[in-house]
Amino acid sequence: MSIKASTRQVDDVTVVDLSGRITLGEGSTVLRDTVRELLGRGQKKILLNLGDVTYIDSSGIGELVSGFTTVANQGGQLKLLNLTKKVHDLLQITKLYTVFEVHNEEASAIRSFS
Amino acid sequence: MSLESALESVDQAEEEVVRFATEAGFGEEDLQKVGMAVRECMVNAVLHGNQYDPEKRAGVRVEVDERGGLVITITDEGAGFELNEVPDPLAQENLLRHSGRGIFLIRAFMDNLQVRRRAPRGTEVRMVKYRTEETDQPS
Repeated sequence: MSIKASTRQVDDVTVVDLSGRITLGEGSTVLRDTVRELLGRGQKKILLNLGDVTYIDSSGIGELVSGFTTVANQGGQLKLLNLTKKVHDLLQITKLYTVFEVHNEEASAIRSFS
Repeated sequence: MSLESALESVDQAEEEVVRFATEAGFGEEDLQKVGMAVRECMVNAVLHGNQYDPEKRAGVRVEVDERGGLVITITDEGAGFELNEVPDPLAQENLLRHSGRGIFLIRAFMDNLQVRRRAPRGTEVRMVKYRTEETDQPS
């Protein structure tokens, strides 16, 4: 199964619920297009919910990084929610865990956006 | 097995190698690491090496050596690369790069990695995974 992405608005934060695999090809393209589309609509507070992401490869990690830098460059914030152990471990070994702001609870994540 | 230089071959190689490793008795944690290493290596072969060229093939061989290690060899027909010239993705200046983490992840997940040039062209990547002892924790 490749990736599925659905968005919902909570206050002024757009939560993107992702499920499936974020890998080279469709998975990373969907993530990239979703972030671009949100930025195009002026949504610059983005919370990626990765709770149902079962697999991520280096292309998927690259897409998360690109999303983070693209949003930041436009004055916005992209944060991560509900990392699975696999994704958590991958971000740890690639030293990206400290780059991203990671939350385990949606309500506090929403409140953290300035 | 000889595979097309296509994205579908990445999935196929991962599935075949993980199936072989499962039958060879590797545990769940090792299987995940092996699967990811094969995926990263195949992406390098078909995308960076063969550049999706339909005239070029990616080769995958998997076997168990005399020490019980899972030996995976992946070949391509691309221009090749030098392992020691791959930028360190953990260096501060590379941390936010979009790409360049594949070889690092292979090294992190496998116990041994060797890369050599093939004649007249191409690259051969040989990687080995030994079984991780999985012990039952007392409840």
